[in-house]
Amino acid sequence: MVETKLMKGNEALAEAAIRSGLQAYFGYPITPQSEVIEYLAREEPKYNYVLLQAESEVAAVNMLYGSGGAGGRVMTTTSSPGFSLMQEGISYIACAEIPCVFANIVRGGPGLGTIQPSQSDYNQATKGGGHGDYNIIVLVPNSVQEMVDHCRLAFELADKYRTPAMLLSDGAIGQMMEKVNLPEPIEYKPNKPWATTGKTPDRERNILTSLYIKSETMEEKNKILQEKYKQIIANEIRFDEYKTDDAEIIITSFGLTSRIAKKTVDIGREEGMKLGLFRPITVWPFPTKALAEIASRPQVKFFISVEMNAGQMVEDVKLAVCGQKSVHFYGRMGGIVPTPDEILDVIKEKEAGRD
Amino acid sequence: MPQKGYVEISVEGCKGCNLCVLHCPTNCLALNTKDTNSYGLHYAYLAEEDKCIACMNCSVICPDAAITVYKKMAA
Amino acid sequence: MKEGYELIYKRPESLLQTRMHYCPGCFHSTTHKILMEVVDELGIKEKTVGVCPVGCSVFAYDYLDVDMQEAAHGRAAAVATGIKRILPDRVVFSYQGDGDLAAIGTAETLHACNRGENFTFIFINNGIYGMTGGQMAPTTLEGQKTSTSPYGRDPEKVGLPLKMCEIVSQFKRVAFVQRVSFNTPANARKAKKAIKTAFEIQMKKLGTTFIEVASNCPSQWKCTPEESLDWLTNHVFPYYPLGVFKEPPKTKE
Repeated sequence: MVETKLMKGNEALAEAAIRSGLQAYFGYPITPQSEVIEYLAREEPKYNYVLLQAESEVAAVNMLYGSGGAGGRVMTTTSSPGFSLMQEGISYIACAEIPCVFANIVRGGPGLGTIQPSQSDYNQATKGGGHGDYNIIVLVPNSVQEMVDHCRLAFELADKYRTPAMLLSDGAIGQMMEKVNLPEPIEYKPNKPWATTGKTPDRERNILTSLYIKSETMEEKNKILQEKYKQIIANEIRFDEYKTDDAEIIITSFGLTSRIAKKTVDIGREEGMKLGLFRPITVWPFPTKALAEIASRPQVKFFISVEMNAGQMVEDVKLAVCGQKSVHFYGRMGGIVPTPDEILDVIKEKEAGRD
Repeated sequence: MPQKGYVEISVEGCKGCNLCVLHCPTNCLALNTKDTNSYGLHYAYLAEEDKCIACMNCSVICPDAAITVYKKMAA
Repeated sequence: MKEGYELIYKRPESLLQTRMHYCPGCFHSTTHKILMEVVDELGIKEKTVGVCPVGCSVFAYDYLDVDMQEAAHGRAAAVATGIKRILPDRVVFSYQGDGDLAAIGTAETLHACNRGENFTFIFINNGIYGMTGGQMAPTTLEGQKTSTSPYGRDPEKVGLPLKMCEIVSQFKRVAFVQRVSFNTPANARKAKKAIKTAFEIQMKKLGTTFIEVASNCPSQWKCTPEESLDWLTNHVFPYYPLGVFKEPPKTKE
């Protein structure tokens, strides 16, 4: 039975993880996402998941490697500086093909930055983040409800493709309270014959490694990974459109800013501007084809990517649009959230500046 | 003196580190310095068979688990 | 087999037939062999999960017929923690060198010990970075020459070698600590007993168990295997004495 509650994004994420059959959580406190580990710590006595506050994000991600490799359904959460620390481990996890779930509740950077919400870790999340050729599945929630829905989905996709999957959220979604429908808890029964659970006589030993010292075998391993990524691109792209059918100006936006952009669309349409919103839900894999198709529509004049960074997703939008139409950008940095009105003003400027 | 034991040393498994020769209490092992295995390494062998007392010092010290030890059964 | 004789020792079954890549006389090989002898004698192969480090023993999983995970450099203790926490009835060991355990992974090592993580550290201390070509380790002895301390380790500049057994013995939740070596058959037998004891303590869930092997590195010490034993006796053991540093209180059976 679905349960409806008023919950904070971070707590809803924690509850969703429990209801998705979480078996182990390792993490290190960092604002603005510490509510996740705090919630799990409070609930721990009722369940039998492993909960451990690690000595660092570096340790946490490697505990995830170990427990995910041992067959567990495992998760960690962090915020930007912590996610940077985890990149080494994620690279190893991607190559060793260990399913596990990450959530980055992004705050403004670079460096220690600010604790306010930001989307400035888009490139880090979608372009691999650590060393080597790899990608991880990146889901972007834009509401507390999607923190819950994407959490369950991330676990499922991680298992399905033996890959890390993550939620790229931000400090605002993590901290705000909204009504949320919590799904029925599942009883998780792992089916992971590759896991290091102890070598039984009926099988060869299981080895989880990212070391392939011979160039030829390393290339083979890379080809296997790339083939997997092609499958993910073919099957797992998710996006949302709002009033794009007749739109002349397309706002592209993800996560928190997509909500603001939606409001911008409504205000603009009241003023007679034909605005539409294209929101990637997976930012890796990126909905390239869908955007390209929209760009090919004769009535579409231009795109504008609205983000809380210096212009990161806009590069993927440009690659998708591929010169068919012009692609503009509007962003705020440092933890500042743009308003619908300021976005609309920028759109009007761009519209006026067109030939 | 009746032979108490003997050892078999894998020619290919031996890396010629000489630790078994060094620790054999009866000096029955030796490194074959006239021949090499396929890795180009000299290998240890049981040079004086009747001196082996099956003490297992060689198999304990051998890094590469190249030595098998046999002991004379009680009559 | 000759008639009238019985087999009393052969290569342990859990040590795969693959030829180990270690240099002649290297104690990594001896440790692998002894470790698998213990696994076979305790009959725990199906329950054992190991963690490899980065260093010369990065390929340990090619030789040990048990499930294994390869950790990032220094993170074996965190990986082992993850495995043991989710599979508490398995016998888990991390196998780490001195650079791995006592330099880049010191935080993970100490915190795992402080929590009393119920796995066994197998710590190979040869006082040098073997795989990368003989650079100074956190355990390189004072005055010892390496490729990055060509005039000898200078404590004024880089401090003194870390004594990990002595350090981890201080943690209340660490149950068993012993420094062993393979320089003589007698010490090799003690080392095997130590590893066996560590696994038995782990199976009783008494806390962290920590075995340090005062190891050699003939290639990077630029000496013969035989000379490496002399270096151990004359230089290593005086600074890193062998013996039991901590053990669980004896209980009456």
